[in-house]
Amino acid sequence: MSDFQQQDRPGFVEAFKRRFDPAVATAFACIIVLLLIGSFYSSNFLTATYLIQQMKVAAFLGIAASGVMLVILLGHIDLSIPWVLTAGAMMACAATGFGPVGTALAVPAGILTGALFGLFNGIGVAYLRIPAMIVTLSTNVVAQGLMVVYSGGFSPQDSASDAMRWLATGVLIPGVPNAILVWALVAVAISFLLGRTAFGRTLYGIGNNERAVYLSGIGTRRVVLLAFVLAGALSAFAGVLLAGYASKAAQSMGNAYLLPAIASVVLGGTSILGGKGSYLGTVAGVILITLLQSILSVMQMPEAGRQMIYGVVILAMLLAYGRGPRSV
Amino acid sequence: MNESRYWIAERRGTLIAIAVFLAMFVIYIANHPVGLTANVAQTAANKGVLLAFVVVAQALVVITGGIDLSVGMVLVLTNCIASWIVVGTPMQTGLGVLGVLGSGILCGALNGAIVIYGRLQPIITTIATGAIFFGLALILRPYPGGSVNEDLADAMTGQIFGVVPTSLILLAGALLVLWVPFRGSPLGRGAFAAGSSEVAAYMSGVPIHRCKFAAYVLAGLFGSLGGLFLTFYTYTGEAAYASGDGYTLWSIAAVVLGGVSLYGGRGSAVGAVFGAFTARTIGDMLFVFDVDALWQPLLQGVFLVLAISIGAIALLRVRNRLDWFE
Amino acid sequence: MPLLTMEGISKRYGGVTALSGADLEVEAGSIHAILGENGAGKSTLIKVLSGVVPADEGRILLDGKEMHFASPAAANAAGVVCVFQELSLIPELSVADNIVISNPPMRFGMIDRAEQRRIAEAALARAGASDIHPRALVKDLPLSRRQMVEIAKALARNPRILILDEATSALTAADVGRIYDVLKRLRSEGLALLYISHRMNEIAELADRCTVFRNGHNVSSYDQGTRSDAEVIEMMIGREYSAAFPERAPVPADARPVLETRNLGWNGRLSDISFTLREGEVIGLGGLDGQGQRELLLALFGVLRGLEGDILVAGKPVNLTSPAAARSEAVGMALIPEDRKTEGLMLPMSVRQNLSFAALDRVTRAGVVDRRQEQQLIDEMVRLLAIKTGGLDLPVGALSGGNQQKVVIAKWLMRAPRIILLNDPTRGIDVGTKQEIYQLMRKLAAEGAAILFYSTDYDELIGCCDRVLVLYDGRIRSELAGEELTEHALVASAMNLDDSVAETTA
Repeated sequence: MSDFQQQDRPGFVEAFKRRFDPAVATAFACIIVLLLIGSFYSSNFLTATYLIQQMKVAAFLGIAASGVMLVILLGHIDLSIPWVLTAGAMMACAATGFGPVGTALAVPAGILTGALFGLFNGIGVAYLRIPAMIVTLSTNVVAQGLMVVYSGGFSPQDSASDAMRWLATGVLIPGVPNAILVWALVAVAISFLLGRTAFGRTLYGIGNNERAVYLSGIGTRRVVLLAFVLAGALSAFAGVLLAGYASKAAQSMGNAYLLPAIASVVLGGTSILGGKGSYLGTVAGVILITLLQSILSVMQMPEAGRQMIYGVVILAMLLAYGRGPRSV
Repeated sequence: MNESRYWIAERRGTLIAIAVFLAMFVIYIANHPVGLTANVAQTAANKGVLLAFVVVAQALVVITGGIDLSVGMVLVLTNCIASWIVVGTPMQTGLGVLGVLGSGILCGALNGAIVIYGRLQPIITTIATGAIFFGLALILRPYPGGSVNEDLADAMTGQIFGVVPTSLILLAGALLVLWVPFRGSPLGRGAFAAGSSEVAAYMSGVPIHRCKFAAYVLAGLFGSLGGLFLTFYTYTGEAAYASGDGYTLWSIAAVVLGGVSLYGGRGSAVGAVFGAFTARTIGDMLFVFDVDALWQPLLQGVFLVLAISIGAIALLRVRNRLDWFE
Repeated sequence: MPLLTMEGISKRYGGVTALSGADLEVEAGSIHAILGENGAGKSTLIKVLSGVVPADEGRILLDGKEMHFASPAAANAAGVVCVFQELSLIPELSVADNIVISNPPMRFGMIDRAEQRRIAEAALARAGASDIHPRALVKDLPLSRRQMVEIAKALARNPRILILDEATSALTAADVGRIYDVLKRLRSEGLALLYISHRMNEIAELADRCTVFRNGHNVSSYDQGTRSDAEVIEMMIGREYSAAFPERAPVPADARPVLETRNLGWNGRLSDISFTLREGEVIGLGGLDGQGQRELLLALFGVLRGLEGDILVAGKPVNLTSPAAARSEAVGMALIPEDRKTEGLMLPMSVRQNLSFAALDRVTRAGVVDRRQEQQLIDEMVRLLAIKTGGLDLPVGALSGGNQQKVVIAKWLMRAPRIILLNDPTRGIDVGTKQEIYQLMRKLAAEGAAILFYSTDYDELIGCCDRVLVLYDGRIRSELAGEELTEHALVASAMNLDDSVAETTA
């Protein structure tokens, strides 16, 4: 599922060794450990029903994390997830207020909203060359401001359309909730994008050495812009699905996604400095974070404890395998 | 003549920050229904100083080439701690204050240790430590509450001689006792050097690790000064996620407004303080112009975007496109 | 007893041996030159001596006492100070701050700024650079001034052993003269100076004793003046040096002009540049480093903004605003950049991905990479340039310098460019690869490419180019071709001297 680029020639073993990423392996090992710990607390933990339920929850995070991963691969960051996600959800729900046409366009409307915020981020980062952290934090504030005005000034239409509910909670293939299916589609698309397309190559290139990419005659700014647009769209799409899952959009629904989304990308072995990482790792990171959350809720850990364990686990795992080089 | 040119060149960012603040403050006061009375000044100063502590903390880390996304949570945590221990007799209160400041130092030291000795990226480190700090705050104050020594609180948020806001004196004192010696010491210079060019600093024999660590610790201390002052201002402790997040956000914006380079190595605490005052004035302006409360978050965001875009004007002067990638 | 003795120093980076059993003895009161090709181990030796990297084996003795330098600071404390090539200055700090950075004067626990100013002024004066203001920020200084600050900074530490690593490469001619005086004075004060330079004339002028390095250890030490240049070069490369440049056919008089500039100027750094580059022609850019050659290549490649004058491609005026425009089908330009590590390659990415990077648009259908076609083009290039790799999927950073440079060239040749701009492509690579690059250049020219070739090596310019434009201060100082194209004429033009003056001073 990761980068497809190298499956030709010298022996399978060598190819495997080359592709073997200790970070991804560690993340999967941690998943197994978490499953074992979980099974101590509850006998349900290792049942198919429970695991499918977890994957369904993971799908929302997985889609948001996919977008962040594109941006992190560039060596940038997207801190606008919370309100872009919320805006996507709210605008999708708002569209249902415009009759059958609006209802039909609810999902695209939500995604488009996210893409517009992403465009805003991308212009700031790629063309105005403002640090991504600053641009995306500001976008978060602006998105929040817009949503406050929207939901305070008009009596908002906040219930999800049937299509949204179906995408999030329906079942097309028996036994596999649609949310998982949607995530799988996104995963295939992103893996293909990263591994097989010129755009994907360029993302890695910019993350490693933007100057060299520019001097290779590639319009780096357009690529950065597009990555941010995709990230915004994916965040918003996650919001649309969440609204479908909960049947409605709520103001603070995005807050719980910033740290987990970034953490799952980084725990999956993607370098926060850019240029290195595989989608398989992100999948591992997302499952890892979701299981961690699940165990904490099974343990009936209060919010305070959850926050702390979260922070500690992320730091501990990064200290174990995500450290920077000994620079000087 | 020549000397003064260099003097200005060294302080350009700070001087611009002061000028911008003065211009905004004049507009604010001119439109204020009451004008500049001692009480108006006191309120403005208290809010400005509260943010200023956090912004100076952020500036210290930014100068080393890092970023502290936990600074708002340090404020929230120390606020909650203060609402427990800064009470009682003057003796007890004094120890409580020391305890609050000590916990701020610990927060800064934790960030610094992980970033410097653990070699993790500041951005991800401080997001994670921020979660830890907030968790601790929630344990201390699951619900808003607590109290503070009100005599001390009133003194710190009041006026001296009925005119000068005490908070300004407190801030000036903190800068004089903490920032000025740091800036003038080899440690401080090393922190600037490491932020400007870590390789060059190492090659020059600067003890980079120690210098950066000192900056993080000092940042924690300033964060806790903010938490302490917040307690004086509100008389309570509250573990509010949105509030911590907001302080972190505005600390970064204000650092930019204060002429501190986000790429490290350049900036001053004085600039940061005026950046904080400017940021506060933006909020207050919305109030005097009687903007609907509903629209205030959006307008603040728009101001923020405009403020950070100003720096992009320099791009127009770039004549070698490769400079984009530095 | 020598002031400094290094015995049996060995250093490996991963699997690569940089130094093996190197010895060196340096006397006080002398200037000791270290010669050797790139990769001979000179810079590693310096890094070990100045505490930047630890040696794997061997001893360093100062006054007969064994020393262990764990860091540059420790080396400085023992009196060993190195002048790096503008690596060690901190851009956001002032000149004075930089000069005293490692050991600032203290008063009441704070840095004494008045004393710091005094030390800085004294050090600048001692380095012959009193024109630099101690309060100026380093980032505002031009490169040559920064290098002088670097030297002043080293002197402020009162070294006993001063190491100068290519310290003159960025300096103006006037500064070089002043530095010579400073170094000779320091020698008379009893310092030991270790001098690393690629310029034989500098070594003849300054050195008392020379040590030649090859393949990671010292091959010979001798008193300056006791060996001929030819002998020294032979020691450096280990065999008789024959600058084998490929044959070249004269460019036909009716060859079509491919690239023309008319009165090209930029930002005060380039002015009035006019020349015509024809099909099959190799034009060299000469002159001292930093006279606008790099800017000229960047200007042609669409990187610089605010150009004056015109650029014509195949007779038609073009307005190139990005490398993307410069490489387009209509223009067909390629630039082999100056620094392959920061401008040419994505070091952690695979050889394969680097090779096809500039030609990705040629091997993609609807945005998807056609891997068979990519492989074909890559195989072709690997064959053409004889790139040696342990596998196309290894990171390009694992290749030797010469092979990395080949990858940079190959990635552009994949587009079959009609105009090739080369920015000092042979810097820091081995003699064998250099020869291959010369051959390749002539081959491409013979096939009709037009080449603009900047080199800091005069032999290369003479050996490879049909004509050479010598730049001085952003202008074309002279154009040399045929019989006039001699090392003597190149040097004289580069220094902006009249030929007659050059005769008498050379």
